[in-house]
Amino acid sequence: MVEKSRLKSESKNLNFYYGNVHALKNVNMPIELNKVTALIGPSGCGKTTLLRCFNRMHDLYPHNRYEGEILLYPENINILSSAVDPIEIRMRISMVFQKPNPFPKSLYENVAYGLRVRGVNKKQVLDEKVEKSLRGAALWDEVKDRLNNSAFDLSGGQQQRLCIARALATDPEILLFDEPTSALDPIATSKIEELVIELKKKLTILIVTHNMQQAARISDWTGFMMLGELIEFDKTEKIFTAPSEKLTEDYITGRFG
Amino acid sequence: MTRFDEELMRLKEMVLEMGAMVESSIKDSVKSLVERDDELAKTVIERDHQINTLDVQIDEECIRLIALMQPMAGDLRFLTTAMKITTDLERMGDNSVNIAERALELNREPILKPYIDIPHMSRIAQGMTRDALDAFVRRDKKLAMDVIMRDDEVDDLKYGIFEELISYMVRDPNTVSRAMKISFVAQYLERIADHATNIAEMVIYLVAGKIIRHMALPEE
Repeated sequence: MVEKSRLKSESKNLNFYYGNVHALKNVNMPIELNKVTALIGPSGCGKTTLLRCFNRMHDLYPHNRYEGEILLYPENINILSSAVDPIEIRMRISMVFQKPNPFPKSLYENVAYGLRVRGVNKKQVLDEKVEKSLRGAALWDEVKDRLNNSAFDLSGGQQQRLCIARALATDPEILLFDEPTSALDPIATSKIEELVIELKKKLTILIVTHNMQQAARISDWTGFMMLGELIEFDKTEKIFTAPSEKLTEDYITGRFG
Repeated sequence: MTRFDEELMRLKEMVLEMGAMVESSIKDSVKSLVERDDELAKTVIERDHQINTLDVQIDEECIRLIALMQPMAGDLRFLTTAMKITTDLERMGDNSVNIAERALELNREPILKPYIDIPHMSRIAQGMTRDALDAFVRRDKKLAMDVIMRDDEVDDLKYGIFEELISYMVRDPNTVSRAMKISFVAQYLERIADHATNIAEMVIYLVAGKIIRHMALPEE
């Protein structure tokens, strides 16, 4: 479906278990380079579980188990391999969460954090990166005069963009968004959506959303999941005008079950 | 059934009501010509206001549902199809009015010749209209295809009528005014069949999600 040369990543026969719970079942999903891929589906369908596999977030808890692989291109490495350092992977594949979660630090230190962890301490380098990341997150103009203020002084929408700036600071190749606008008002939501479309020029985006109109507005590809399976994966336009699977049709037209 | 389903059902009924009116107008307009019935012709012209009103109401309803319900997939295709279908139905109503107007004029003059092919064309056009709407209601792709195939027959009849009328005009210039008006009627009927074809094409989009307008017919 996605041309091999256009792949940034793909899951192959991916299964995931929370202890005995089989949460992802044989998921094969391509992620196209410089595109937005959206995951939709009812609560509990596994979309967030799938998203979190991409940067090994499940490693943080015992009894979680992956099977199959997630390949990262162009190197063709398996993200899930025990030989791969999850910290390194999270630099390359960053995540933005549902609720803005800035650190209790200044705006500047929030964005600089990932770099400091990496051992970057040169002020000039940090200054440049912080500005570039804040510009990338469309927040610079609003905060450039108060970078030493606490991150909690910002509005919810600004905090979310700050989290995006923080994620951008380590120059990730893929950004994972887990319902990034569900806690935001329509104006802040619209800013984040515009930002996502802008960001895909430079990186690749995978987004989980409950808001189907959002998936329709900003994504190029859409995957519909149910009970841990990827039921249908296709161009967003196809999914929302003429899906192939009845389950998809029933879900997006609100006639579920 | 959800509230939205009920609204879609109501909309479908409105489209069918409009379709039934248009079908009557096609039938009555040709009848007013063949039977030289001025009163019937006037009924057709009067009825057009109701058809136009329904056209606007259906459009408004579709726009309302698109804005408020944000329909997706099959629902979205249904609403956009309903909007396009009513545009065609409205034009078919206008064509019927045109036929009724020519009937009123022709009824003032002596009969040029008995009407044979015009009623035949009208029956086919009515059948196409009815079946296109049936296909819409039942989401019947096969019936829609069948309607599309019938369009050629109407085209052929029109050209047959043109040729015959031209021969009248060549022989006797006194027939020109009447022959021209009857040619117009054949042309209006042919347009009506085209609109029925458009509706059938929209039904195929509704069912299959594929726009087949301006394409060679798919093999099936």
